[in-house]
Amino acid sequence: MASNPFSAAAVAGAITQPPTGRDYLVDRSFRSLALVGAVLIIALMAYILYEIGGQAWPAISKYHIDFLTTSAWNVQDGVFGILPVIWGTLYSSLLALLIGGFFGLTVAIFLSQDFLPPRLAFVFRTIIEMLAAIPSVVFGLWGIFVVIPAIRPVANWLHESFGWIPFFSTSLSGPGLAPATIVLAIMILPTVAAISQDALNLVPYRTKEAAYGMGATRWEAILKVMVPTAAGGIFSAMVLGFGRALGETMALAMLIGNSNTISLSLFSPAKTLASLLASNFPEAGPIEVEALMYAALVLLLITLIVNIAGIGILQVTQRRISGKS
Amino acid sequence: MTATQTIGSAASPKGAAAPSPAADVAIDCRVEKIFYGNFLAVRDSHVPVQKGKITGFIGPSGCGKSTVLRSLNRMNDMITGFKLEGHVHFMGQDLYASYVDPVVVRRYIGMVFQQPNPFSMSIYDNVAFGLRLNRFKGNLDDKVEHALRRAALWDEVKDKLKASGLSLSGGQQQRLCIARAVATEPTVLLMDEPCSALDPIATRRVEQLMLELKDDYTIALVTHNMQQATRVADITAFFGVDISQGGRTGYLVEMGETKQIFEEPREQLTKQYIRGEFS
Ligand SMILES: Nc1ncnc2c1ncn2[C@@H]1O[C@H](COP(=O)(O)OP(=O)(O)OP(=O)(O)O)[C@@H](O)[C@H]1O
Ligand SMILES: [Mg+2]
Repeated sequence: MASNPFSAAAVAGAITQPPTGRDYLVDRSFRSLALVGAVLIIALMAYILYEIGGQAWPAISKYHIDFLTTSAWNVQDGVFGILPVIWGTLYSSLLALLIGGFFGLTVAIFLSQDFLPPRLAFVFRTIIEMLAAIPSVVFGLWGIFVVIPAIRPVANWLHESFGWIPFFSTSLSGPGLAPATIVLAIMILPTVAAISQDALNLVPYRTKEAAYGMGATRWEAILKVMVPTAAGGIFSAMVLGFGRALGETMALAMLIGNSNTISLSLFSPAKTLASLLASNFPEAGPIEVEALMYAALVLLLITLIVNIAGIGILQVTQRRISGKS
Repeated sequence: MTATQTIGSAASPKGAAAPSPAADVAIDCRVEKIFYGNFLAVRDSHVPVQKGKITGFIGPSGCGKSTVLRSLNRMNDMITGFKLEGHVHFMGQDLYASYVDPVVVRRYIGMVFQQPNPFSMSIYDNVAFGLRLNRFKGNLDDKVEHALRRAALWDEVKDKLKASGLSLSGGQQQRLCIARAVATEPTVLLMDEPCSALDPIATRRVEQLMLELKDDYTIALVTHNMQQATRVADITAFFGVDISQGGRTGYLVEMGETKQIFEEPREQLTKQYIRGEFS
């Protein structure tokens, strides 16, 4: 296959020899296969963007950027704006990331840093991963029948006592941001926990040894060495969790109250892009469908931007940490 | 807390230490047996590490030098299945007593590992790590520079202290780890083949550092390099491997002044080993 410039070095009975033609063939086929896969994924992405963009085009040319900056959604008058929906999407996802990310990382630390015997840690991990398998609609039902009644007294007490704080400025009458966020946080927790745990497990044993060898306590070793060393993977876990929260549909449609309001209050109802799409599509006429396609495109772009920004930040910090600049 | 105070107070030269062995012994290590799970790794090794001296550990690969060294600051506690029978006294205190916190032990007894293991943070932060851990209040920059100079690394990294410790070459990483360990000036320094990844010049400078440090500190050094042992060690402990009981169990063959071990060893095994007749 490839020419061997060192064939003169081959003496009778020599063990070393160049890779055979078959070795090269396998090598090359694998590379082409990987390339085809990568190209297919990019093509699929582009196709989806193109298709949704095409369907959204009438709406884009009709409402322009106003679609993103106005608040009315009135099918009769043909007036559409999704500012509160974008707000609701980002606000609920950020809150969920804050809660789910914190607890997810805590769980990951708890399961990876010898707090539990390995076998028990494995059992725990499996249970947490099973959370990810619970259907969204079940989470929604659980939210309606368990979470909302459970937090309502607390929420209303907070509103009555600390109503001057913007986060508590309304009372919770039923569905709203708070129950939606809590359920969303639980839904992204397995993602964050599992990927963070993998990242923490990848920290070399000798790094851990170095930390304890310096006389670090367990918490010093975890917070000053283990977590920073695994920061890249933990950050990826957060980005994936955030992405999952942005796109979550069913549970949110059931729990968030579907109201076009922009409020900092945790107890006010809201609406997210995904829940808007889910609840409005079934009965939408042609004009509303165009607007919904525009909204879908916005959701797609937000998700893409979050992921690309995440990758970018990750690469910059990784380069700084590993020193391979 | 008790542990901190006991060890701390015993650190003063004439502290009212509990019945201490010979006053010039920093760590009195009397290993009866060390197990990893069911495997008997080391037996019957009484290794007193003298204060203000360098004690060299030599012996064939797998004879338990690292194992003994690491049990001097309870590093082996991290390994599941590790069990030590016997005792290790530091400043008259049993390191393995139930009330002693290994974290405290490791603050007073620092360690340089066989493999370089810098943290994935900047060179500066690597060296400052222990200082910050100990809530050092003085001039951090000075201490970091001093430690890096001592480890013969300063000139190579002084212009890139912000670069990651992992961006250094293997030998530089090892010197960074030495700088990190000496920065906090622990009472005893355990060094596990600190020079195995270093070139001859850096090796000499690290040896220089050891000789410099031993005025104030105590050093235990594992080395495979016989010349190094003769150059720096005051006392040498020679470990051998006993295969008579089935497994490969390490034990102390003999220990004495380095000169005596190398020039007139008492044991036949030692003689053969230092002549290079087996490894
Ligand atoms: N973490 C461990 N778990 C189980 N066995 C171990 C462990 N570490 C070391 N051992 C065993 O204990 C014995 C002594 O190992 P040790 O690392 O102390 O040898 P050494 O004298 O330092 O060798 P070298 O010169 O090659 O570094 C070896 O047989 C080794 O296989
Ligand atoms: Mg060793």
